[in-house]
Amino acid sequence: MLPEAVAHNHGGHHPMLAHHFDSLEEQNVASTLGMWVFLVTEVLFFGGLFMAYTLYRMWYPDAFALSSNELDIRWGAFNTAVLIGSSLTMALAVHAAQTGERSKLVTFLILTMVLGTVFLGVKGIEYADKFEHHHVPGLNFHFEPVSEMAHAQIFFSLYFVMTGLHAIHMIVGLGIMTWMLVWSMNGTITKEYASPIEISGLYWHFVDIVWIFLFPLLYLLGRTLPAVTH
Amino acid sequence: MWSGNPLFPEAASTVASRVDALYIFLVALTLFFVALIAGLVIFFGIKYRRRQPDEIGARIHGGLILEIAWSVIPLIISLGIFAWSADLFFAMSRPPDEAMNIYVVGKQWMWKVQHIDGQREINQLHIPVGRKVKLTMTSEDVIHDFFIPEFRVKADVIPGRYTTIWFEATKPGTYRLFCAEYCGNKHSGMIGEVIVQEPNDFQAWMHGGLSQGSLAAAGEQLFSDLACNTCHRSDTQGRGPALTGVYGSTVALMSGVNATADEAYIRESILTPAAKVVNGFQPIMPTFQGLVTEEQLLQLIEYVKSLKAPGQTAAASHEGAAAPGAAAPAH
Amino acid sequence: MSSNTVLMPERHYLNDGHSLKSWLLTKDHKRIALLYLFAVTFFFLIGGAFAAMIRLELATPAGDLVSDETYNKMFTMHGVMMVFFFLIPVVPAILGNFLLPIMIGAKDLAFPKLNLASWYIYMLGSFFTLYAIVTSGLDTGWTFYTPFSSTASTTAVIPAGIGVFINGFSSILTGLNFIVTVHRMRAPGMTWFRMPLFVWAHYATAIVMVLGTPVIAITLVMLVAERAFHFGIFDPAVGGDPVLFQHLFWFYSHPAVYIMILPAMGVISELIAAGCRKQVFGYSFVAFSSLAIAVIGFLVWGHHMFVAGMSVYAALVFSFLSFIVAIPSAVKVFNWTATMYKGSVSWDTPMLYAIGFIGLFSIGGLTGLFLASMGLDIHLTDTYFIVAHFHYVMVGGTILAYLGGIHYWFPKMTGRMYSEFLGRLSAGIVFIGFNLTFFPQFILGYLGMPRRYHTYPADMQMLNVLSSAGASILAVGFTLPLFYLAYAWKYGPVAGSNPWGAVGLEWNTTSPPPTTNFEETPVVTWDAYEYPTPVEGHVA
Repeated sequence: MLPEAVAHNHGGHHPMLAHHFDSLEEQNVASTLGMWVFLVTEVLFFGGLFMAYTLYRMWYPDAFALSSNELDIRWGAFNTAVLIGSSLTMALAVHAAQTGERSKLVTFLILTMVLGTVFLGVKGIEYADKFEHHHVPGLNFHFEPVSEMAHAQIFFSLYFVMTGLHAIHMIVGLGIMTWMLVWSMNGTITKEYASPIEISGLYWHFVDIVWIFLFPLLYLLGRTLPAVTH
Repeated sequence: MWSGNPLFPEAASTVASRVDALYIFLVALTLFFVALIAGLVIFFGIKYRRRQPDEIGARIHGGLILEIAWSVIPLIISLGIFAWSADLFFAMSRPPDEAMNIYVVGKQWMWKVQHIDGQREINQLHIPVGRKVKLTMTSEDVIHDFFIPEFRVKADVIPGRYTTIWFEATKPGTYRLFCAEYCGNKHSGMIGEVIVQEPNDFQAWMHGGLSQGSLAAAGEQLFSDLACNTCHRSDTQGRGPALTGVYGSTVALMSGVNATADEAYIRESILTPAAKVVNGFQPIMPTFQGLVTEEQLLQLIEYVKSLKAPGQTAAASHEGAAAPGAAAPAH
Repeated sequence: MSSNTVLMPERHYLNDGHSLKSWLLTKDHKRIALLYLFAVTFFFLIGGAFAAMIRLELATPAGDLVSDETYNKMFTMHGVMMVFFFLIPVVPAILGNFLLPIMIGAKDLAFPKLNLASWYIYMLGSFFTLYAIVTSGLDTGWTFYTPFSSTASTTAVIPAGIGVFINGFSSILTGLNFIVTVHRMRAPGMTWFRMPLFVWAHYATAIVMVLGTPVIAITLVMLVAERAFHFGIFDPAVGGDPVLFQHLFWFYSHPAVYIMILPAMGVISELIAAGCRKQVFGYSFVAFSSLAIAVIGFLVWGHHMFVAGMSVYAALVFSFLSFIVAIPSAVKVFNWTATMYKGSVSWDTPMLYAIGFIGLFSIGGLTGLFLASMGLDIHLTDTYFIVAHFHYVMVGGTILAYLGGIHYWFPKMTGRMYSEFLGRLSAGIVFIGFNLTFFPQFILGYLGMPRRYHTYPADMQMLNVLSSAGASILAVGFTLPLFYLAYAWKYGPVAGSNPWGAVGLEWNTTSPPPTTNFEETPVVTWDAYEYPTPVEGHVA
């Protein structure tokens, strides 16, 4: 951060340039590549859960369809819109950083954080609702019809691990945004040094994309199937 | 039992000698290549050893012919081994239809063996020599593995599903049985014996001792005790499908796909009936999860298997009717 | 090359700051490598102590040394310590961290602070795991199979799972760092095909670390959730599939073995080139083989599960690919052997370890063919044959390469030379002890002795006694270097910048190197391993 710039005169190069890089451009390219590699690891990380989900959905389509019906599609759709909106504000923040418009940058970062917080709040409401309906595995789980209860338990286990992991990533994202907000407000982010915002934007978009996959898989698939009756 | 050779196990099944042949070939291959490589390394190391302190080696980049040769030749050898081992694996994985079935339930830390005719064994398996035997196995708790080294067979024994192995013993004797999947404290104590007997001795053993009635008979009793027969009637009036002749048949399900009514299907239908509902019936069967043990499930399965429509042949039984496998296996 | 008047450089990375803070908050990749060296060695000794107990118990057929519960914890913790805290990081985090930037002419890795964070993450993961060990221990096997680990085990599965989970991120971040470094920080003129094969090997490894490790991370998350909250994902009673755990586990853990061997193979390329003063024969074939192993290695995990009830057709595919993945390794062995032809071959300690590697890795790799053969694997899986196979590749392979590398780069890292006599002696003791320990286990495996057995039939004792005897010799071979290398670090003769007369950017800088690695960024105009040394005057 800034103390480095204060501590010694950099002799003309950017205060945020680390000494093992030859130029700020090299540093920016390396950081961006680093974030992309990290996002690939995240794909693999969530991938294991998607794999488990896919397997069990194939094996127990009826139980999964019934369980999907228990999720509130309105909150899910609302949250999807909220996250897509936050990706829009994030992209606008990145643009503002690249054009050196500090006040816009700050505004859009704050908006992104507000939308992210709204998302988490809605998830909290949904989780509380699950708790009331005894749909939390391991905590007197109960499901009707009872014949599907065992497999529904698998659905809800995966639901909590997948959305919980996603929520943790959102919280980390909010932390990163806070840090970027501080840097934006104190002048560390400039037109020449916009890459931290770009890289944070990559992370934020990734977390959004994970939700874009989670929403249809968890809330939508099988919802239109008729319930198992004749 | 112990062949007397401390370095090599006895071959006591029809497939054992085939496994040994592949093994010996691979040992020879390994020795050849290791000798070749080690020999070259030592030879080059001595012949080209550094004699002056600032001596350097020749400038040689590489050689395309060599690279191709030592990529293609190992590839061809590998493909040959693959084909050989795949053929062997196919033979080992497909129990012949005429194999006699014995059930095994593994639990921490013992093997429970159930013969169809009712004999039960703990940590022992009596089988006749020269007969193809299939084991249908499940676990009550964690994953185990049923391993008979002298037959060269093993298979994991998994809770919640059936796995099978098959073999044909070639020599009477007593052979070792090990659990070969770590399962907790007494994993190394979960061992036993496979006792291979001449057909007469095996018959004698089968008839001796307390018979508890065949599995199918016990299953019939259970079928009535659990009131299965109130819905699964032998006429067409029941709320559940009639089970006569169902084992081995293809069942049309409500979801539109077909299923084969094997042991796993019957087990699933008892424990999670909603998973596969037969076309034309309501999904009203209650689950028996937690109400039946693994052994009771085997009894019910054997009972269902015994329900033949008039005119169908009886399922193969132990009772000497089928000739001991004298013909060489076609596999 | 080195004369009696060689002096240590005045300022170098070791004396550039002496406070504890300058070490614990360092951003210098070389210091971080040493931090890893001490930590990894410590965990190796713990894992080794468990190994000693195992072999001591197995010297007799009865379970008379420890109870079965204790024995089960010992082999589990031996495996966990050795796999996750020793074999995975040993070459990349120590030698890779130290050498990779220097070999490509960079001042440091791309993300030095992340590199330091990786070490702290490693330490944090190890603390959770040590906590598990000293409280109720862990008895699930390092493979954590469900439902035993999720339901039946009464030991500290959750802390151990968390520890391994955290440790995985150390691996992921190291891999990330290596990838970006190789892509973006090569010195002018250092094209991809001028890079040392050590760098290619670490690049391929980094790909595996980055793609594979997250999968075991999420698998452990699911396991911990299952155990803590009784979720049911792996519980057959609610329709869960315990074999799903095995698929997810092995999807990482098979590529993990390539994380363990690829860097070691990279070391061997360097040792052979320097030990023969000659270019590695077939450089680009060796480089591409590393990549091929990394990629194909992701497609073979099912060969650990041939008896777990998979379909015959799935088994066919996994078996076929397992044969294919062996080919690039064979290509490398042949190329190293061909490098020795018309080389100027030295018989010093690093070369002894390299030659030992070639022999033992060949045996280990060829016995892998036995296991790729499905029909034969049915008999061999879960027996001591497997144990022998993987110790041949992991110890005979990875550890021998590591020891060779430590000796080879010891003068570069410390500025001083070790006793060549003791080096050769230890290498010989390791070779003999190793073979005596593990060769009998091939025979035991075919006889049918299962793995993870606390007691065994009495007729198998002779082979077990041979194995245990070998283990005591091997222990001596491993312990000796601790002492003579520590001694040499302080009292050994000054080595100079290039005691081996080798080619490589690391030999063009002082021993020990300065903190920024080079006085000036090198400009590279020569191929890797181009003898005679093209940079005249830079050799001490």
